[in-house]
Amino acid sequence: MTAPVIVEAHHFQALLDALHQRGYQVMGPTIREGAIVYDAVTRVDDLPRGWTEVQDGGTYRLTRRADNALFGYVVGPHSWKQFLHPPQLRLWQAQRQAHGFQIVDAPEETPTYAFLGVRACELHAMAIQDTVFLGGAHVDPTYAVRREPVFVVAINCGQAGGTCFCVSMHTGPRASSGFDLVLTEVLEADQHYFLTEVGSTRGAAILCDVPHREAQPEHLATAERIVARTAAQMGRSLDTTDIKELLYRNLEHPRWDEVATRCLACGNCTMVCPTCFCTTVTDVTDLTGQYAERWRTWDSCFTLDFSYVHGGSVRTSTKARYRHWLTHKLATWIDQFGTSGCVGCGRCITWCPVAIDITAEVRAIRESDGTVPDAIQE
Amino acid sequence: MMATYPDPMRPQPYTVRRRSKEMGGTFTLELAPTDGTGVPPFAAGQCNMLYVFGIGEVPISISGDPTRPQPLVHTVRTVGAVTRAVCTLKRGAVLGVRGPFGSAWPVATAVGQDVVLVAGGLGLAPLRPVLYYVLAHREQYGQVVLLYGTCTPEDLLYRRQLEHWRARFDLEVLVTVDRATSPWRGSVGVVTKLIARAPFDPSETVAMLCGPEVMMRFTIMALRQRGVAEDHIFVSMERNMQCAIGLCGHCQFGPTFLCKDGPVLCYDRIKQWFGKREV
Amino acid sequence: METLEPLLAAHPFFTDLEPRFLQVVAGCATNGRFPAGAFLCREGEAANQFYLLRHGKVALQIGVPERGPVTIETMEAGEVCGWSWLFPPYRWHFDVQALELTRVLVFDGQCLRAKCAADHDLGYALMQRFAQVVVQRLQATRLQLLDLYGVHV
Repeated sequence: MTAPVIVEAHHFQALLDALHQRGYQVMGPTIREGAIVYDAVTRVDDLPRGWTEVQDGGTYRLTRRADNALFGYVVGPHSWKQFLHPPQLRLWQAQRQAHGFQIVDAPEETPTYAFLGVRACELHAMAIQDTVFLGGAHVDPTYAVRREPVFVVAINCGQAGGTCFCVSMHTGPRASSGFDLVLTEVLEADQHYFLTEVGSTRGAAILCDVPHREAQPEHLATAERIVARTAAQMGRSLDTTDIKELLYRNLEHPRWDEVATRCLACGNCTMVCPTCFCTTVTDVTDLTGQYAERWRTWDSCFTLDFSYVHGGSVRTSTKARYRHWLTHKLATWIDQFGTSGCVGCGRCITWCPVAIDITAEVRAIRESDGTVPDAIQE
Repeated sequence: MMATYPDPMRPQPYTVRRRSKEMGGTFTLELAPTDGTGVPPFAAGQCNMLYVFGIGEVPISISGDPTRPQPLVHTVRTVGAVTRAVCTLKRGAVLGVRGPFGSAWPVATAVGQDVVLVAGGLGLAPLRPVLYYVLAHREQYGQVVLLYGTCTPEDLLYRRQLEHWRARFDLEVLVTVDRATSPWRGSVGVVTKLIARAPFDPSETVAMLCGPEVMMRFTIMALRQRGVAEDHIFVSMERNMQCAIGLCGHCQFGPTFLCKDGPVLCYDRIKQWFGKREV
Repeated sequence: METLEPLLAAHPFFTDLEPRFLQVVAGCATNGRFPAGAFLCREGEAANQFYLLRHGKVALQIGVPERGPVTIETMEAGEVCGWSWLFPPYRWHFDVQALELTRVLVFDGQCLRAKCAADHDLGYALMQRFAQVVVQRLQATRLQLLDLYGVHV
């Protein structure tokens, strides 16, 4: 592979231009409505230069940095799944006919994406969704078509977010695979550059159009130091030792009842989680009844209808729905897909209106493993 | 960019060739592809997603003979908007079919053993393909027993066929109803009660259960009491099913996706989830 | 006349009953027969007997005026019919009608009640067995009550 190089911050626009020239629609961080979200970026000025977030349970605020870092934030409410696994997708259209109906082919333009600023946890989340959508007996055609050509520019986090726990989940902060290029942003003394490591031949090729110079050992050491500092800053941890067995044997733990007194079943966590993939299929028709469409839209296991079987829903209580979400994310996912479903990005903690913390819930159950509801002693 | 992947969400038009009324609100449809192509083979226990234009799609078990997959046979009961629409389709009407999906009843692993089928209510429909298959390969199996329970004698599904099966010498059919008015001289009582006197060897039996979950729970207790091993008992589970290809997440039951790991599951595999509330 | 003891001893209901109790119980038993259509008992009547079904089939029925007799449960060979003899007010709660020719062992409940009152060990042994029958019938009834096969939307 190509050796690591240095790209000066003032040459960063060249990278964006190189991607655009190759036909990529670059999706990257940008500020909108008080948050850093992923949207189309063309100029370096579109990036959240000099901004960072303060995150905690149920809290997200943008604040100014003391420097001009382009990627000085962590993760916002968006994840990359919205581009690969669209929130709303028309699956097909059909026209009623004299005898039956005909499905109409409506070929859609699929954009060719470049993702700019993908965190290590997000790389793992994409790999997890790859397993879900591409690894089963039925491949999701939409995901496959969108995923295949994606150009990934990853970024090693320069700081931990307020709710991150990627170290516990072994998903970061260093990006190790799944990228075409990975950058580590360095702002020291008067320098502002990106240590750029190559992860694919595509990545090496694009560097031809970006001014760069060879990286020296001290650059590599600096980048290492930054990543190590990030790893040391984790504010939360989740002990994943035997977590599947732990949750499987505590399905009646009173903690579920306790968290249910706080959980609003709003579904925010499932919307912001980069691995949640549930959808609902809806068949609609126009008023004439001659034309029908099938749509697929994001769904959440927190909705009452999610588990509806003729007659009623199986999981009617908030307790059952929260328990389902957490045990799926951390336990049954392992049986289903071979890995945890959680990448430790902390979004569910940040975006929960009542600040429910997945790491605290697991800790509470682990510390009182085996507790069953019992009579209150008089 | 051209999609190079098959689209498993696209239904294929099938025409209703025949429609017969079973008991109240329940109909059996015989279907064939509208374009004249063949019906794909299926294994006993699998289901299709049936689509009524503009209304919606539901999972329905295939109730026909797996050794003769054409025409495609589905028994449907009205329980909601889509099933009501399916039940009103007349001969010549077209509906969409996707499938077959799901796991199969263990007819292969049951070879050489006794076969006990316990059906409750409409649960006889997903089990009928097993009976067709086993009877077509009768010499491969030991005792074959069908235990069937339903609400009242008026609710007996496939009644004529039941009487026909009951008349065979190589098949034991025991039928019971939850309640009956006087013309009925058959058994009245829960289907679990039939297990104690059914003729099978518990140490050499594969049991396949289909019906309301409560009925399956108590049937398992009765089978266990007679000595049938947990890994020889199979159930057909039901949950909300939408995509049927393991990607929408709705049909999860514990760690299993009923559309691909199920709907037929070995009790041994799911016993720690089975019967747990709101799972 | 050969005694009924061996017959009782072989019956699952009396398995493991101590021989001295079996003797007492056998002493209160006689063979009986009901042709198809005959009633083994009627709702409301004094319950001074219980039956061990040896052959045939009977229906436990409740007479519902506008619906006719509704069968709650059928019982066949090997089952025990009747526990009202053991509990006050010692009255039958249901009709029991033979659906086909049914051979039974008829037990004199009045006589056995007195014997149980005199010998509590006998009483306990019989109570254990009848309680088991009641439990099984109750569990089955609860399942039947659920109307599991109906459409509930």
